[in-house]
Amino acid sequence: MPDDRPKTELLDELEKGPWPSFVKEIKSAGQTSASAQDLLRQLELSYQEKKGHWKHGGLVGVLGYGGGVIGRYSDAGEQFPDVAQFHTIRVNQPAGWFYTSEALRTICDIWERHGSGLTNMHGSTGDLILLGTRTAELEPAFQELAQAGFDLGGSGSSFRTPSCCVGMARCEWACYDAMKLCYDLTMAYQDEMHRPPFPYKFKVKCAACPNDCVAAIARADLSIIGTWRDDIQVDESAVTGYASAGLNIQKDVCDLCPSRCMAWDGHKLSIENRECVRCMHCINVMPKALRPGKERGAVIMIGGKAPIMQGALLSSVLVPFVPADELLDTLKELIRRVWDFWDEYGNNRERVGELIQRVGLPAFLDGIGLDPVPEMVSAPRDNPYIFYQAAKEGEK
Amino acid sequence: MSATTQPRLTDIGPPHYEKYLHPLIKKNYGQWKYHENLAPGIYCHVAESGDRIYTVRAGTPRLLSIQTLRIFADLADKYSGGYLRFTSRNNLEFLLDDPARIEPLKQELIALGYPVGGTNNAISNIVHTQGWIHCHSSATDASGLVKCVMDAVYDRFTHEDLPAKLRIAVACCLNMCGAVHCSDIAILGVHRLPPKIQPTLPRVCEVPTLIAACPTGAIRPATVDGKNSVAVVEQQCMYCGNCYTVCPAMPMNDAENDGLSIWVGGKVSNARSAPMFSKLAIPFLPNNPPRWPEVVEAVVKIVDVYAKHARKYERVGEWIERIGWPRFFQLTGFEFTRYHIDDFKHAALTYARSAHVRY
Repeated sequence: MPDDRPKTELLDELEKGPWPSFVKEIKSAGQTSASAQDLLRQLELSYQEKKGHWKHGGLVGVLGYGGGVIGRYSDAGEQFPDVAQFHTIRVNQPAGWFYTSEALRTICDIWERHGSGLTNMHGSTGDLILLGTRTAELEPAFQELAQAGFDLGGSGSSFRTPSCCVGMARCEWACYDAMKLCYDLTMAYQDEMHRPPFPYKFKVKCAACPNDCVAAIARADLSIIGTWRDDIQVDESAVTGYASAGLNIQKDVCDLCPSRCMAWDGHKLSIENRECVRCMHCINVMPKALRPGKERGAVIMIGGKAPIMQGALLSSVLVPFVPADELLDTLKELIRRVWDFWDEYGNNRERVGELIQRVGLPAFLDGIGLDPVPEMVSAPRDNPYIFYQAAKEGEK
Repeated sequence: MSATTQPRLTDIGPPHYEKYLHPLIKKNYGQWKYHENLAPGIYCHVAESGDRIYTVRAGTPRLLSIQTLRIFADLADKYSGGYLRFTSRNNLEFLLDDPARIEPLKQELIALGYPVGGTNNAISNIVHTQGWIHCHSSATDASGLVKCVMDAVYDRFTHEDLPAKLRIAVACCLNMCGAVHCSDIAILGVHRLPPKIQPTLPRVCEVPTLIAACPTGAIRPATVDGKNSVAVVEQQCMYCGNCYTVCPAMPMNDAENDGLSIWVGGKVSNARSAPMFSKLAIPFLPNNPPRWPEVVEAVVKIVDVYAKHARKYERVGEWIERIGWPRFFQLTGFEFTRYHIDDFKHAALTYARSAHVRY
């Protein structure tokens, strides 16, 4: 029998070396999947030519949804018929990316029946990615996923699949229940996720403390970052324990505090909590001795994104503090107002952060009915080009 | 078959996370007291109740076959009661209640080729994009670059010997479907030629959408052979590929001119310094598959120089802020060029606006 396995001289180089190899993964999927084999052949060609071979080409999806599937076609479909159509299904991940072995096997079995057998655990936004299938397999795959309790995530100009850090499930620093908030927001906006209604994408990420393990500030239009309002909790004997174990508290903790709010006299650590900016450094260094305060909640920030179109933005403060138990209601009200304003004034393919850049934060605040507070800026303006508004009726 | 016998389900949302939580996690949810880092890749979280949950973290290539996922499921059944999770950087974590199972699990993972590590002051797994595996606008492959870089810094994943954590990201074009713009070291695929407009635009390409898609306003309406089309003002094009995303008749891929740029000093954490963007270190390196030696060499250089010169707890960006950019270029030997000086919006904010010069 002739050996019809893909010849992959260049890709074989990527099976060498200690780090686990994605080429090995594609080859193992290729044992049972013709499309995984053709993916390997096309990828080898890309490595030879230093060129990608994918193209867009019309919308594909499942009945009644406007997103959740990324249509992908090979530009060399005659040469590689089994990846002529190679669409991606975005499956909304469980909050915190927790699974059981049984749940994983369920996904694997469905994907063995309906796709390439290749996945990404996970995509950049957070979804479980099922990588590569034909148009005809989309609806059956979707319905089997749904019967197993899974649904599709967002794509295009939609409410994108929210994601969150591990939060209260396994972290002592969680200042609010990020997994619950992530789940609740996901369930609240299923329509906006599955039927793209916006000028462009809208991403939400829930990080339960300022360490921001999900990069919310850089990668989400709405970044919900856990923090606390009262004093850092100190266990004095544990502080002494760190000192006697060799930690240089002056150098490694106090000197690195960004607001210089800590002092160490060799016996006692004192903290000027009013000057603490809640950066987490001291708590990260001494997790047994220091903990976030008890009055916990989150700072809500807006506008983060990668470069396209007008340049990358980090989110900036919109609401300096919302108590943990008020977060969901506050966010729902805020999101409604932000979406109303964005719907009305946003240009096509304009993220919320770019809209704020274009119209200015003051006009955005007017639009969503939020009062300005000094926490929103690193400093007041330093230019005198102030557009004074005419006094409203009844005002002086 | 099931679809015909059962009602069609939509908008059910993801499964509730609670059904996937280890019983110890469910019991101590929100009641964790502190954690200890027992070894690279191994955490112990201690609850107020005194319960302990152990985490064993392993690196994966992110692109995983169902065959491998089934192996992970079997490992979870054997060692962690069937409970596992993935991290935001594509690592795999097993959650154990019995510390005696840590070492056997670790040894089995290593034997299977999945390194245990990625915690604390290690280089964790690389966040990356699809590249030639699945993307239409990629200037390079992502998985291949990740594999080559992680092979070269493998010991930095399995050891925690850096001054602070170090986060690497790879994006295969300017769309940056990963937190490349805020990473300690970022590898970014770049195109360097404007799109090659095909003679006739297919129906899917709408001229107003195309014009609006260009961040720099480089796309203008034009009439070609009596038909509506577009022209590109080439001096204004910065090769983002956004037009190609909305119109397949504007291809960007070019084997000779596509390549990589290297960025440094970004972070997302608020610890100590505020979050920062990554800044340009090397404007162009050749796209050289399958092993990208130039890129690997540059990344290893940055890591080694940082490891040698940074102080404890300093992230790459914090270290460079302390020593200054001239010294960064001197220590790494990277050339400073006109491309390093910003000339887009708000560029002047990055010009040195003081007489603070290190000599």
